[in-house]
Amino acid sequence: MKQCKKLVESVFFCCMCCIILQGCGGGDNQKNTTIRIGVAGSHSGDLASYGLPTLKAAELVAMKVNAQGGVLGKQVEIIPADDVCKPEIATNTATKLISQNVDIVLGHICSGATKAALGIYKSAKLIAISPSATNPDLTQSGDYPNFFRTIASDDLQARQEVDFAIKVLHLKKIAVVHDKGDYGKGLAEFAKGFVEKTPGVELVLYEGVTPGAVDYSAIVQKIKRSGAEAVIYGGYHPEASKIVTQMRKTRMETVFISDDGVKDDTFIKVAGPYAEGVYATGPMDTSKNPLTKEATDACREKYGENPGAFFLNAYAASLAIVNAIEKAGTTEYDQLSKALRTEYVETPLGKISFDARGDAIGVGFSMYQVKDGKYVEVN
Amino acid sequence: MEYFIELFFSGLTRGSIYALIALGYTMVYGVIGLINFAHGEIYMIGAFTALIIANVLSVWGWPAAATFLCAGVGAVIYASAYGYTVEKIAYKPLRNAPRLSPLISAIGMSIFLQNYVLLAQTSDFMPFPALIPDFAFMEPVAHIIGSSDLVIILTTFIVMILLTLLIKFTRIGKAMRATAQDKKMALLVGVDVNQVISATFVIGSTLAAIGGLLIASHIGQINFYIGFLAGIKAFTAAVLGGIGSIPGALLGGLILGWTESFATGYVSSDYEDVFAFALLVLILIFRPYGILGRKETKKV
Repeated sequence: MKQCKKLVESVFFCCMCCIILQGCGGGDNQKNTTIRIGVAGSHSGDLASYGLPTLKAAELVAMKVNAQGGVLGKQVEIIPADDVCKPEIATNTATKLISQNVDIVLGHICSGATKAALGIYKSAKLIAISPSATNPDLTQSGDYPNFFRTIASDDLQARQEVDFAIKVLHLKKIAVVHDKGDYGKGLAEFAKGFVEKTPGVELVLYEGVTPGAVDYSAIVQKIKRSGAEAVIYGGYHPEASKIVTQMRKTRMETVFISDDGVKDDTFIKVAGPYAEGVYATGPMDTSKNPLTKEATDACREKYGENPGAFFLNAYAASLAIVNAIEKAGTTEYDQLSKALRTEYVETPLGKISFDARGDAIGVGFSMYQVKDGKYVEVN
Repeated sequence: MEYFIELFFSGLTRGSIYALIALGYTMVYGVIGLINFAHGEIYMIGAFTALIIANVLSVWGWPAAATFLCAGVGAVIYASAYGYTVEKIAYKPLRNAPRLSPLISAIGMSIFLQNYVLLAQTSDFMPFPALIPDFAFMEPVAHIIGSSDLVIILTTFIVMILLTLLIKFTRIGKAMRATAQDKKMALLVGVDVNQVISATFVIGSTLAAIGGLLIASHIGQINFYIGFLAGIKAFTAAVLGGIGSIPGALLGGLILGWTESFATGYVSSDYEDVFAFALLVLILIFRPYGILGRKETKKV
């Protein structure tokens, strides 16, 4: 027994030594012979399906660039780091990437983990570009000048819905309804804020409904009584279709505007004729972009499967990184962030650059309307 | 005033939906004292059967009324078969076990059926055709009450009356009451208790299937999970009215429906469930057996 304990102790000691040595080894390697892109995100665990496509996108871009001779004469190397989408692990992930001397980070995936890691990157003067963190605060707080993203933030959708109702449809009385969920209520709160801040426009109703209820006629009658000209709904399609159906059945013509939780073909299938005329915001259609086709084809060829969540956003982010390094001629922080903000790059999401806060210009949502049983982009 | 009437009718619709499902719960409880948690799933299976039949028939171009009738009959037969089988598999072997065992078995059955439909069908919401057409004579009041609401309300009342008559005046009704009072004694005087219990489950499942058909065509969409949510509210309604009492199920359903509807209309729909369950707690404090429930006498 005693021997056994000793054995464990010695193994433990050896391990410690190894870790320390490895740490030192990383520190020694000051001059990189390659361009190192750290890819941080959930590569395992229950949210792996959100993180792995980003890793694939980065590898594909690296392969493509390396085949053409690399960037600044150096090969691009991908350094993956798993944060399981947990903020407490993301800090370790960030530290590890810094010790591995990465030049720039692609990630993280989840907003919470991204926020936790950003402070560490900031003090290490390292830029992070997320393909998927949508929390508005990340760019709007101004705390993280080293942060960029290739996905539109949550409030952008609400902004678009409100602007559409007020500026395009010229409506003055707006009701905001949500499903009490994180996503729906979050959007509804932004919409409420935007409506209240617009002079001359009245928020006549702000309320949450219980998802899955058998009947929404009471809330529909309440909307009718409030005199709303438009309903902005935050939530998903099952409730939206029930509410719209009930509204039309009680002969209400009120405009219905919703989000990308409703911009789903199931909504049209379920609400049938009652879906006609409903507005919903959704990601811009990029399927006609040749780069999109190239990226998805490459993914199918290399990995034998369809690209997953945020793949195109990650592909765009990787291209933006390579482009910025190329244009800046260095991986040095100040010049790189300047290049990201000034140089446009062709990506599957369209031609993008980043604004002063780090949000991608040219990435966003479009407004769609149901016409003849199909979502059609409204301009 | 018009707003009040609108809310009154939306509460009436909601309450009738709850009551229609609650009737099945309360009937099974009344006869064998078991809370059949799989009842909501039978309702869901009824709705799915009706959907499949309706889709097939509409491909063949049948008229709406015939489709409605066939879908209804098919759903009733299929759901009854499920109810019968569930009783034989999950409850009969546990008839003499402690009361908790069949309850757990019922919850297990409910989860099993949900997942079975999830795997056999889909997890997506499926559109359900509007089998109840918009009646022309309802057009003047369409802004207050729809045709499908009217059909649901009428059906609930008719079903409740038929059920009361069945239990009060028919032979099987008498046997049910006898079984409810004392199983062993009923057996001794020649009542086939097993058959009576099976019949109870078949009738309960029939009600669930009718509910599934009507409610699904009112809402216009179904998925594997609708039975659970509807079942919880219907169960609440049954308890509120006094579980085991048939008029109680209707009363409980309507009170619950109106509470939710008026809470939404005059306060906020955020608090709809808060009001509904606060009312339940209040009523159970003052009438522990529900509004129309009777105190259970201990059988020695």
